[in-house]
Amino acid sequence: MERLITVALVGNPNCGKTSLFNALTGLNQKVSNFPGTTVEKKMGQTMLTDKVKLQIIDLPGTYSLYPKSADELVTYEILRNKSETNFPDLVIFIADASNLKRNLLLYTQVCDLGVPSILALNMMDVAERRGIEYRLPDLEQALGVKVVPINARKRTGITELKQELINHLPQSHVSYFNLNRLNQDMLLELSAATDKRNHYAALQYSINAKDFITEKSARIKGIFDRYQFNIRQFLEDEVFERYHLIDEAVKASRVKPKDNLRKSLTKKVDAILTHRFYGIGIFLLLMFLIFQAVFSWSTYPMDLVEMGFSLLTEYVKTTLPAGVLNDLLVQGILAGLSGVIVFLPQIIVLFFFIAILEDIGYMARVGFIMDKVMRPFGMNGKSIVPLIGGMACAVPSIMASRSIENKRERLITILVIPLMSCSARLPVYALLISMFIPDTAVWGPFNIHGLVLMFMYLIGFIAALLSAWVFKNFIKQNNQQNYFLMELPGYKMPLASNLLITLYEKAGAFVFGAGKIIIAVSVILWVLASTGPKDKMNAVTLKYQTEMARMSDAEKNEAIIGGITLKQNADFLEASYAGQFGKFIEPAIRPLGFDWKIGIALLTSLAAREVFVGTMSTIYSVSGADDNLDSIREAMQREQNPHTQKPTYTLATVFSLLIFYAFALQCMSTVAIVKKETGGTKWALIQFIYLTVLAYGSSFFIYQIFG
Amino acid sequence: MNLSQIKSGQKAVVTKVHGDVFALKLFEMGVLPGEQVELENIAPFGDPIAIRVGESKLCLRLEDAAHIEIELSEWKD
Repeated sequence: MERLITVALVGNPNCGKTSLFNALTGLNQKVSNFPGTTVEKKMGQTMLTDKVKLQIIDLPGTYSLYPKSADELVTYEILRNKSETNFPDLVIFIADASNLKRNLLLYTQVCDLGVPSILALNMMDVAERRGIEYRLPDLEQALGVKVVPINARKRTGITELKQELINHLPQSHVSYFNLNRLNQDMLLELSAATDKRNHYAALQYSINAKDFITEKSARIKGIFDRYQFNIRQFLEDEVFERYHLIDEAVKASRVKPKDNLRKSLTKKVDAILTHRFYGIGIFLLLMFLIFQAVFSWSTYPMDLVEMGFSLLTEYVKTTLPAGVLNDLLVQGILAGLSGVIVFLPQIIVLFFFIAILEDIGYMARVGFIMDKVMRPFGMNGKSIVPLIGGMACAVPSIMASRSIENKRERLITILVIPLMSCSARLPVYALLISMFIPDTAVWGPFNIHGLVLMFMYLIGFIAALLSAWVFKNFIKQNNQQNYFLMELPGYKMPLASNLLITLYEKAGAFVFGAGKIIIAVSVILWVLASTGPKDKMNAVTLKYQTEMARMSDAEKNEAIIGGITLKQNADFLEASYAGQFGKFIEPAIRPLGFDWKIGIALLTSLAAREVFVGTMSTIYSVSGADDNLDSIREAMQREQNPHTQKPTYTLATVFSLLIFYAFALQCMSTVAIVKKETGGTKWALIQFIYLTVLAYGSSFFIYQIFG
Repeated sequence: MNLSQIKSGQKAVVTKVHGDVFALKLFEMGVLPGEQVELENIAPFGDPIAIRVGESKLCLRLEDAAHIEIELSEWKD
């Protein structure tokens, strides 16, 4: 019989927990969410012996068991609740040896909760360089626990750690903090009301749960009030007492530091990286580099993906018999999928940079540098990275906003990310801009086309800041956590295995998360665009049948070369439900300068914005599909308004359309991810509405000014 | 004197921290009365500041730093 043992990795943020998790499990890990939260839950498995399988949970880093953020709450909940399915049989506590005192605070709390623990002492090398050394046997004796030295990044000590797990299962636990000073009657009452495991667990639960609105919390409050228990004072006393105990253990085992230590590098590096001029310069340079990488270097793999898809599409189209299934696969699923997968290279490149900067410790500095700039807009320094990421794709960027602890600042960041011009808008911008400025136009050394494009990105960024400022005045501050307190971890060399695992995980999340939605939306839109009211569809069929019947064979050939099938497709689209929808909304979008044809494109763009281009090519029955921007442009420029006989695409309409695409939330994947990340429909709906109103209002304004 | 008034390179001892959740969070992160703090960096736009406490380096906004009372000192060792 195989035995399954659940082990939780617990420790402070930046203690090397994730590196240890990766070292223990490799790619054999799964990311999901903790039930009812958006906090990522990482689980992995490894064989300890032939008979014993380890199930490892990587719990979010925390400084104490009195949680102050959603991440920390998860760690506490798992360790607290014995009936929880993930309740660990054993905790591997990872402590950063170079900052042992603070790390042990949480460790003693975990022990006192009554969870058997083993202490893994990480980053001994960093500590040694700073002149910090411990006599491990003395430390073990002082703490009363087995200590295993490891180096998670270099993957040393892992075998010893596993051996220790085999030797010490199940491990008896020690306790540190003495509750004798408190009124024992109160503790008994609290235990009876909450957690019977031990008094500390009961008291801790009571303090954490007193502010929930449940029957139990009312009872807890009653007990606290009756004994006139001062929680704030107790918490302070607890921390001080624990530090006192830890101090003694650390002093008893620390090797006397040698003189002439090398000063920590961090201060020197930070003096440059956060310098008034160099710091900003380096930051801008890095952002420019990322921008470049995402937009120019990624085009090569993106072209490959596109080519692969067009080959696949061609193969399916010609191999499968013509019919509904063929159309569904080719025009629905494959078209939708390629629209997603094509962005994968950009996302991988973007996350490669984010992960590397995170791993070496630079990301925290970005937060430090930019905090003052973002603050007036209700965001903080940590918002800058998701905002930049929004220029590639809003979906992973919204996920990346998890690092922002302050709920309000995180929410505001999520709400404005879609205003950053994502790469799906790029083909739309390119088509529209080329309608009024030729690609070749230059102004001095600059390509005007490029300048206008940059201007569109700028408009998006400014709109994001202004919207954030508006939200700041509407969303209430949670005054309990109205502070910005962040650790600046020591710099480290990036670790290839950590990077690869992160990329693998992000790419998977994007493809499977966004992919599912896009396929669903594509299929629905395909149905809407290929079916329609019977009488109207039949009328189109009839029209072409009679037309063809009247022709001679030579005329037929000519008509086919002349694109009669394309014209027929365009007529079918007009007769379809999508076409009906376009006509239905035409009165609403006419003030923006749009006709029903653009209405169809607005609808199909909901799958992904760049579908606009494909839809335009269908509507204007242009052969050669997506890539043939020039012929679509020409067809659009030829288009005339049947009533006025003037061109449909006047400068005013094109400007209006550009602004509409810059602001509107035409992306169902974003709506879905926002719903998931904010834990409900409310904010996803608010976001959709405000962006629609903003887009409509701005387009209206633009069209009325220029029209 | 409070921590928001500390100058570059100055060292001080924490005497008192005001606030509820904020104070406890600071204690848990190792910023305790009696601990020595040193201003290591100031962000390019003058705020926030980065301080060294024990073996950790933390950054916080000036408005929050104003809740931390300090007394200027020299390192003892």
